[in-house]
Amino acid sequence: MRLINLSPSRPLAVFLAAVPFVAVLIAYAAGSEIRLAANPADKLLPALSTIQETAVRLFTEGDRRSGEILLWKDTWASLSRLLGGVAISASLSLVIGMVVGLLPMFRSLLSGFVAVLSMVPPLALLPILFIVFGLGETSKVVLIVIGITPFMTRDLAQRVLDIPHEQLVKAQTLGASSWVIAARVALPQVLPRLIANVRLTLGSAWLFLIAAEAVAAEVGLGYRIFLVRRYLAMDVILTYVIWITLLAFVLDWLLKQLSRKAFPWMEAGL
Amino acid sequence: MSFIQVRDVWQAYGGRSIIERVTLDVSEGEFVSIVGASGCGKSTFLRLLLADERPVRGTITVDGGDVAVEPGRERGVVFQRYSVFPHLTVRENIVAAEGFNTASGWLFGAAKRTSRERADAILARIGLNHVAEQYPASLSGGMQQRLAIGQALTAKPRVLLLDEPFGALDPGTRVQMHDFLTELRAETKMTVFMVSHDLEEAFKLGDRVLVFDKPRWDPQDPGLYGATITYEFDARDGGMPYQHILDRYPSLKPQAEPAPERLLEPA
Repeated sequence: MRLINLSPSRPLAVFLAAVPFVAVLIAYAAGSEIRLAANPADKLLPALSTIQETAVRLFTEGDRRSGEILLWKDTWASLSRLLGGVAISASLSLVIGMVVGLLPMFRSLLSGFVAVLSMVPPLALLPILFIVFGLGETSKVVLIVIGITPFMTRDLAQRVLDIPHEQLVKAQTLGASSWVIAARVALPQVLPRLIANVRLTLGSAWLFLIAAEAVAAEVGLGYRIFLVRRYLAMDVILTYVIWITLLAFVLDWLLKQLSRKAFPWMEAGL
Repeated sequence: MSFIQVRDVWQAYGGRSIIERVTLDVSEGEFVSIVGASGCGKSTFLRLLLADERPVRGTITVDGGDVAVEPGRERGVVFQRYSVFPHLTVRENIVAAEGFNTASGWLFGAAKRTSRERADAILARIGLNHVAEQYPASLSGGMQQRLAIGQALTAKPRVLLLDEPFGALDPGTRVQMHDFLTELRAETKMTVFMVSHDLEEAFKLGDRVLVFDKPRWDPQDPGLYGATITYEFDARDGGMPYQHILDRYPSLKPQAEPAPERLLEPA
């Protein structure tokens, strides 16, 4: 039998999916064991049990000085920056994408500009943002917006252009104005794509957020990681990394569920 | 003056002629089938009738009106595919034929209720009331085209344009769709243009069958000349011409002949 025709049964599929996770855990545990055996004070690969203890401490115990639980404070600060930036980007890209996709006049006006804009490396603009917007929240949110909006805009404009011409003609023969075509034909069909775009760009958004927080911040998940790096606190860093990964995973899952619930027609053909 | 007037229409893309010198008169209520080889400009002609494109030369008018610059409610259309909105349910697709004509795109309150009732009546008429809540993607090809025709007719266009509407359907469904379309036409008396690849279908449904072809052919540059209407057939009465000529020209009726008495006389 050819390899391309060989698919796993359900239990085997679950087992195969678990293999990489288990392998990484075992490799880490073994490496940590070896280093700790050589030097019990080693900080580079803390034992899994140490990480667990640190995690429990970080999630439940308050800061000695202020009494606040820093991890939750960091999470709140980072998530509000991230979601704020993503929400602004999504709204901007939706409006510009629809206008560029539907109106040839605006396509001529903006598509070249957006294409050039999306080539600017956003992180190179970070110093400018800090100079212009200061070190507060604004510059971090603006970095996320600048980082992901051009890509989302281009993709959404393309999606609008991908709507079959027949549908636009049909809507016109039913008497639809440009506004009605935008609101009732184009918008409902690009909204699922908008959510897919948000899911795709969340990774970049995290990257820009953590980069901005690493450079200048007083609170935030990225800030904390780079802060404790000075003390080689690998257990704290790893806890934060796992926590960020979990947050990203949950956000992605929530968006997927939203897409399924909100756009039942997408799956009607399946 | 005829209902639809096409006068010396030319269309070219980037210097390549697609159709040339097309002149046509169609009376209200006629069903015109358009046939021809692939790439001979049948669909281009339909798009011109739809005002989706504007000809480089010539005019097309409906009922003596102005030359249209963009598609509108006057001219309904059904394409081979993508004719219904995938994000609307079957009923919403029919309601959209009324709702899209408003300023906001939505109907509210009493207007919405009555529109839904009318939509349900139309769905019952086209045999789709049992799937009113479903999305088009879950319907068969024949059902989708029935929905597309129902949607187009709900907007009450003066001309219905069909671009190979049954091209993607299996033969059995196709025959059902022919009956369906024939019935609807008997009810609405609408003027219909249909582009088809299927000659049998074109003659079965049409009152007139137009053939598009290139009358001029340059062997060095096949794209130089466009196609035009090269033949026209009267497809009424099973394609047999002159079946009603006596109604039109009563003077041609044979006169009552005198009794052939002389023949009976002995010589």
